[in-house]
Amino acid sequence: MSDSLRSLNYLDLQQCMHCGMCLPTCPTYTETQNERNGPRGRISLMRAIADGRLDVTKTFGEEMYFCLGCLACETACPAGVQYGHLFETARAEIEHSAVLANPKRNAIRSTLLKGLFTRPRLLRFVGRLLWLYRASGAQAIFRGLKLNRLLPEKLRGLEAQTPVAQAKFSHELIPPVMGQGRKVALLTGCVQDIVLADVNRDTAEVLAANGCEVHTPPVQPCCGSLHAHNGEPDTARLLARRMLDLINPADYDAIITNAAGCGSHLKTYGRLLADDPAYRERAEAWSAKLKDVHEWLDLIGLRKPQSPENPCKVTYHEACHLCHGQKITKQPRSVLKAIPGLELTELGESTWCCGSAGIYNITQPEMSAKLLKRKVDHIGKTGADVVAAANPGCHLQIANGLREAGSDATVAHPISLLAQAYRTERDRSAAP
Amino acid sequence: MNTDLRESLQREFPHLEFLHEKEDLIPYSFDGTAAHYSQAELVVFPKTTEDVSRLVRFASDRSVPIVTRGSGSGLSGGSLPIPGGLIVCLSKMDRILEVDTKNLCLRAEAGAITAQIAQAADAAGLFYPPDPGSMRISTIGGNIAENSGGLRGLKYGVTRDYVMGLEVVLASGEVIFTGSKCVKDVAGYSLRDLFIGSEGTLGIVTQVVLKLIPKPQARRTLLAIYNKMEDAAETVSAIIAAKIIPCTLEFLDAMTINSVEDYAKVGLPRDAAAILLMETDGPSGAVEDEAAKMADLARQHHAREVKIAQTAEESFQLAEARRAAFSALARVAPTTILEDATVPRSELARTVKFIQETADRYGLKVGTFGHMGDGNLHPTFLTNEKNEEEMHRVESAMKDIFDFAVGLGGTITGEHGVGVAKKPFLAKALGDLNISVMRQVKKSFDPKGILNPGKIFDL
Ligand SMILES: Cc1cc2nc3c(=O)[nH]c(=O)nc-3n(C[C@H](O)[C@H](O)[C@H](O)COP(=O)(O)OP(=O)(O)OC[C@H]3O[C@@H](n4cnc5c(N)ncnc54)[C@H](O)[C@@H]3O)c2cc1C
Ligand code: SF4
Ligand code: SF4
Repeated sequence: MSDSLRSLNYLDLQQCMHCGMCLPTCPTYTETQNERNGPRGRISLMRAIADGRLDVTKTFGEEMYFCLGCLACETACPAGVQYGHLFETARAEIEHSAVLANPKRNAIRSTLLKGLFTRPRLLRFVGRLLWLYRASGAQAIFRGLKLNRLLPEKLRGLEAQTPVAQAKFSHELIPPVMGQGRKVALLTGCVQDIVLADVNRDTAEVLAANGCEVHTPPVQPCCGSLHAHNGEPDTARLLARRMLDLINPADYDAIITNAAGCGSHLKTYGRLLADDPAYRERAEAWSAKLKDVHEWLDLIGLRKPQSPENPCKVTYHEACHLCHGQKITKQPRSVLKAIPGLELTELGESTWCCGSAGIYNITQPEMSAKLLKRKVDHIGKTGADVVAAANPGCHLQIANGLREAGSDATVAHPISLLAQAYRTERDRSAAP
Repeated sequence: MNTDLRESLQREFPHLEFLHEKEDLIPYSFDGTAAHYSQAELVVFPKTTEDVSRLVRFASDRSVPIVTRGSGSGLSGGSLPIPGGLIVCLSKMDRILEVDTKNLCLRAEAGAITAQIAQAADAAGLFYPPDPGSMRISTIGGNIAENSGGLRGLKYGVTRDYVMGLEVVLASGEVIFTGSKCVKDVAGYSLRDLFIGSEGTLGIVTQVVLKLIPKPQARRTLLAIYNKMEDAAETVSAIIAAKIIPCTLEFLDAMTINSVEDYAKVGLPRDAAAILLMETDGPSGAVEDEAAKMADLARQHHAREVKIAQTAEESFQLAEARRAAFSALARVAPTTILEDATVPRSELARTVKFIQETADRYGLKVGTFGHMGDGNLHPTFLTNEKNEEEMHRVESAMKDIFDFAVGLGGTITGEHGVGVAKKPFLAKALGDLNISVMRQVKKSFDPKGILNPGKIFDL
């Protein structure tokens, strides 16, 4: 895998024949209507760099960080341009050229990407602090005293968004091995592990209920998606190797992820480590066995829960990295439709990015807020009680948006809704 | 463009958005035409007709060339920048101003997107038929400038047939309105018709009034599958000869079928030599009748299978897949060079055969698809612009195909225009006298030659 636009296979850039068919699906282009802010323009800039007609400039760097990496353009492109690959290469080149470097950005990036997200135990510790912050009432005090005003304007909204870390992490909720049948490994993710550990527990239960022996190694490294998407391919490779050391694909029928962003990246391990003789083969096997949980349930045949009808109106938001990155659109809907009493209402522009996009909501708060508003407006129109979403970033972003809009709707992972239905089934059959 | 000029423009139009940084300009240095690139120097986004008029006056006073741009989806290099020139991009003047259900027409700014116009008509229970493959990106101004056709051209005609009136900024900066909401109007020369298809060389269209028609009651979509390309072509000639005018008769050869299927995954037969996508619309009874007749004719011409779309969703998917044909072919090779040869419909079988033979003779890969009902074929060469020797062979092959088409009474472009890409072939299609009359027209509209100079022909 190449980390520079100049050494990239030129054919990958030439693949774009600048027809423009992708433009109407690009959120940033649609917002500004400037070619530079769209896929065709961005690719033309990358090509200009590869051709030596343009240097890697600060403006180019800013442009590539203005792109959401939502991959809607990849779905729309008839020519089969692999935008995600180009985008990651471009961001790697930007980091390498240091055109955006400044002390503050460097500090934040190295703390977050290199310090925190490469150290699962430390990350959990921070998660614990966040939980304490909320549970101890410190947050209430902070807000009560309006200390918020002391924060720089850009970050004010963010404090309100501090995720609700859960009291327990995945390994405290899930036994290392549960269920029996097909042998699968469950990835717990890093953000998911901290703020949405319940989703991991639900996933393990659902897999077990569908005839799988679920192995959940207790301390897992971050998958590296955040790094690959943010121009740190070396760290991404390092983390991928660690992951392969921990979980050998040969031992399992499948490796399961329930977070769209991670899944989309995890499936590229084969390409990421293609030049690493020690890991190449294992990485390829990994890519072949890596399955999103909805995809896997669809493959093995989902068992419909026999619980009583529990009327509930649900709409489905499609995480970019599930629908565009992995082309998984039907399977989550079948999961939802299998739940007794659940009425699925389609969401307008369901595949349009919600503005979370990794850490985009932090780096580009304005654009992110516009997208969030658009999403929340559409949700409002469905009249749904629950928004199903299968990615922690979207989950938190949409939950914040709904709360700010004063909506009563809640957000849940499709698999959590399914797990709930199995639980009701089990409780009923246990009743005398 | 020199900095002084740029600065005085920015001073003169402080309320307008200008692009002048390198990173902003590169994306405006090409359109959908492969292997054509010309560095843009300044882009401006006017907001109103008044802005356009003042910009043109400014440029005229200083003899600065202007290229009008819509969405840059053109396939002949029409919106390619001109050195030292200004790009006036209308993509942000995109409002639909009025849907007049009493007079069955619609008024919009020239930057409005074709598909949105079609949707606005549909929402009012009406129909805007022209549907170029690029309808979700192209602007109506671009469609008018290229007189774009589409998948329904056979029955409903092309953009020209729906233009009732145009507001145009002339090379002097003056604004005229030509045409009207009247269905009948023969007062004087039809200036309106001169602007249609003029590729931005005679004036800048700022507003349009389009004719709408009632929505057809019913629609049937058929897919006929062939083992031989010529059989598909013969079917088309037979349908036309049987005096049936369906709304769509689209042709895709094996290479195109596979590329489209790779993208759209709608279940096209990968092993077929060709398919015809056929659609008929109108009153329910007549539609059923026509669909049955077309299916019969296809079978008589050795279609190995004729499928009928069962749902509106299925028809829509097929049409969408067809619209992606050109871009999907880019999967095969790094550079796709698309031609736009048009022949009388009785000569289609000979033409598709000739195209394939020509490609073979020059050792080239070609994918052919097109609006076969209109006799409009798009042989698309799949090549690599970096391979000079191969590019020469592509040129020679193209020349042979144009010669052949013109020899049959056809033409070198059915809908994409001449721009810069077809300039070398224009004389062949039209003859010198025609071109010299066009030059006179151009001179009287644009004496200083500031509007898209060097496109279509040199002055
Ligand atoms: C995938 C694909 C499929 C296509 N399918 C078809 C098809 O089926 N049929 C078809 O006919 N074409 C087709 N095209 C070609 C192209 O989309 C059309 O020519 C379209 O009309 C161009 O519109 P635009 O807004 O992109 O114009 P541009 O490319 O920006 O400009 C085209 C020309 O029009 C001039 N122009 C633009 N706006 C104005 C204005 N307001 N006033 C005066 N001059 C103006 C420009 O100067 C230029 O010469 C296709 C293109 C692609 C990429
Ligand atoms: S990315 Fe694909 S759809 Fe977009 S302009 Fe390039 S080829 Fe066309
Ligand atoms: S990834 Fe998303 S934001 Fe970026 S160019 Fe593609 S569609 Fe636009």
